[in-house]
Amino acid sequence: MSETASSGLQHCFQLKSASVSMTALELYYFDNDEFEDTLRDKISQAPGFFKDIPLIISLEKYEGLSSELDFFKIIGTCRRHNIHVIGVRGGNDDQRRLARGAALALLPGGGQRDRQVDPAEDTAETSEPAAAAPEAPTEPTPARIISQPVRSGQQVYAPEGDLIILAPVQAGAEVLAAGNIHVYGPLRGRALAGIHGAQSARVFCQSLEAELVSIAGHYKISEDLQDNGWKTAVQIQLRDDLLVVTPLEKA
Amino acid sequence: MGKTTTSASISTGLAKRGHKTVVIDFDVGLRNLDLIMNCERRVVYDFVNVIQGEASLNQALIRDKRVDTLYILPASQTREKEALTREGVEKIINELSETFDYIVCDSPAGIEHGALMALYYADEAVVVTNPEVSSVRDSDRILGILQSKSRRAEMGQDPVKEHLLLTRYNPARVEKGEMLSVGDVEEILAIPLLGVIPESQIVLNASNQGLPVILEGESDAGQAYDDAVARLLGEEREHRFMSAQKKGFFSRMFKGG
Repeated sequence: MSETASSGLQHCFQLKSASVSMTALELYYFDNDEFEDTLRDKISQAPGFFKDIPLIISLEKYEGLSSELDFFKIIGTCRRHNIHVIGVRGGNDDQRRLARGAALALLPGGGQRDRQVDPAEDTAETSEPAAAAPEAPTEPTPARIISQPVRSGQQVYAPEGDLIILAPVQAGAEVLAAGNIHVYGPLRGRALAGIHGAQSARVFCQSLEAELVSIAGHYKISEDLQDNGWKTAVQIQLRDDLLVVTPLEKA
Repeated sequence: MGKTTTSASISTGLAKRGHKTVVIDFDVGLRNLDLIMNCERRVVYDFVNVIQGEASLNQALIRDKRVDTLYILPASQTREKEALTREGVEKIINELSETFDYIVCDSPAGIEHGALMALYYADEAVVVTNPEVSSVRDSDRILGILQSKSRRAEMGQDPVKEHLLLTRYNPARVEKGEMLSVGDVEEILAIPLLGVIPESQIVLNASNQGLPVILEGESDAGQAYDDAVARLLGEEREHRFMSAQKKGFFSRMFKGG
């Protein structure tokens, strides 16, 4: 906005610090076929959400042999599924050399914890220490708020924080969020919370009539939702890898 | 489903109240409006001819024989629907809005090109729905498109004003649970109700005769359309024809309840 006094020249770009929330793939060991199968399975649980996302490979929990790490295969497999591997995090010197050889960026390891480490507990604090950009204040990501009905064929996406909808989510519509999803109206379409893997994410709605509810890739379809809390105000959360529906009154 | 029948009746109703009105048929390739308006034998030039500069608007507009403030711009039966370009439609709508009070665009079914062109320049939209789940779902889809793909949405102006018109409504079948009720449809679509048109043989007869239903002033359906037009113009009118005819005491006795 403001012309800087230091030089009258307008440069063709400016460098800014940016803090971006990204999906990390925590690799335990590498087997090419198994890798692709697992990836395909994950994508099928939330199709569309993995499309063209950036991905970093986290090597902090890697237990396989460094020689088995074939980044070219990982990149190739991911690209076939429209996922872009942009770098690695952590890893030892050998592994990082291999990654550099595959033209991947190297990110510092040792991020204290990721959001999904403690799934069961209610972690009121979602802010995590920003390892990469220490100067950025740890403000919570603002929620995306929608006040119009989300209609059939429409998709609303909150890539970083919560999604709050003050209107119905219609059948045939899809709402997605990295964090929680609140629907102050009937939820008739599909709701996918925690799409980057946040297992503590929840879905709240005033009337559960959904076609599908998913939290961190674990999902239930309409048929399996009918028995419990159907057409009433509920919250849905993940407990031991299972979606649990509980009524909202006197929670 | 009732879109063309509704366009014919609403435009006739507006014109009858003295507003200079034109109704445009966007259903290129099918051409129904001129049949319902009973002017199919007077079509010389059509909408696409005007867009492509082969005729002037005045040559293509057909004046209604019953209501003299009403004009019809017929669709082409022989052209490809891609002949409707956004620029072409805009030019015509701008030209028409200089002389007409109301421009009614009769949209084809579906969410294809013709429908997108019909809704793009809309200020207000009447969404015509039948009381069945699939029809309501389609209407929801169209409402989503209205709020995202119309010019008002693209320009970030006030959203297109939405109205719900329920046609082929049969209260007796609603009571038996064979149809969605007005309340169900309103609840699902969450937009204001403009009117409910009862299912009636009159509607079919009228379109076969090339007569907009609203001119059948004696009939339920005609009156319901008249109410809808009045509400469209901001009048408050109570909704009618929404409950089944009360059975008389004797018929109830003989049918045993």
